[in-house]
Amino acid sequence: MNTDAASRAGYRRFLERHSFIEMNARERVRAVLDPGTLREMLGPFDRIKSPWLPLQGIVAQADDGVVLARGTLDGKPAVIAAIESAYQGGSMGEVSGAKIAAALELALEDCAQGRLILPVLLFETGGVRLQEANLGLAAIAEIHAAIIALRRYVPVVGVIAGMVGCFGGMSLAAALCTHLIVTPQARLGMNGPEVIEQEAGIEEMDAADRGLIWSLIGGEQRFATGFADDLLEDDADAIAAAVRKAFSTAPASAPAPMRSRQVERYRELLRSIDPNQPPDGESLRRLWQPRRMT
Amino acid sequence: MEKIQFDYPALHSVPQRVHVGVVGSGDLEVLLEPSADARTHVLVNTSVDGFEATWKNVLDRFFARFQGAVSIEINDFGATPGTVMLRLAQAVEGLRA
Repeated sequence: MNTDAASRAGYRRFLERHSFIEMNARERVRAVLDPGTLREMLGPFDRIKSPWLPLQGIVAQADDGVVLARGTLDGKPAVIAAIESAYQGGSMGEVSGAKIAAALELALEDCAQGRLILPVLLFETGGVRLQEANLGLAAIAEIHAAIIALRRYVPVVGVIAGMVGCFGGMSLAAALCTHLIVTPQARLGMNGPEVIEQEAGIEEMDAADRGLIWSLIGGEQRFATGFADDLLEDDADAIAAAVRKAFSTAPASAPAPMRSRQVERYRELLRSIDPNQPPDGESLRRLWQPRRMT
Repeated sequence: MEKIQFDYPALHSVPQRVHVGVVGSGDLEVLLEPSADARTHVLVNTSVDGFEATWKNVLDRFFARFQGAVSIEINDFGATPGTVMLRLAQAVEGLRA
């Protein structure tokens, strides 16, 4: 194939893709669930919103930025929570956090009684909502606990598509997922680059250097170093298919040890790094584990 | 933060409720429901104070053309009048979906 034909084919493929990143939270939920099965819970018309933001002069969104829905995946009952990144940076407040935690806890009750509910989390969050402080953090802790309890029964599948990424306490929630799907546009990290620059100075990290940021915490790097299980292009159909595959291929009888249980392995990996000579993204990949894009 | 209310006469009922938009920078959320009393009610929650006259102009113009009896709540995060018009049109379009 000559380069013209190759670039035309690439262009056509690009045009045929349905961007998942460009969708809002509700559209993402719709794109993942089986068509026509979406049933939203605590939706905007229930008006369960943040009581704290208006006290601080901020207009509250009617669903507090989390879309919760029941539906099916390949005909099997599922529950999905999606975070709306355009509202307060996808931050977790008391209400939005409680919505996710409660959905996972209810799925846990069902699973414990033998009725499997497939849980999916669509992350797009800067972490805790600073205006709601400890209440948001408490909700995030409940989400962590629920994921750990739930994943004994059923894989918990997470997706980070971008462009916000997944940070703070919610990065731990993503790390606790049985199966994590990312795109090259995704970012996964505890402190966001802006926070690091603000706290430690621009010599430590230049948050405007996108190449640097993505080489350290971007989707490709997180996949290459083993912190994500699927690396996919920004395509809604591909992501929806990968979510289904994550449930159908997860080993039911003898599950591999969860990343969060491999404490010694990660201690070993950390010991291989000299903090005085921090590796760049490339050398970290070589140092840890090389993996290729699926 | 300001709350502003408007009232308009209406000619016909609407079949369902519609939700569009997001309370993101320069954007707004619109919750549209059938109204209980054959009139149109609009409640605007906005983070930007002092624009009541602008809201009135935008909404007067919109409800001069659309005459469904709806109860609308707007949660606004500094949207421009053009964006407000587009979101309202999108919500009304959702009535036909």
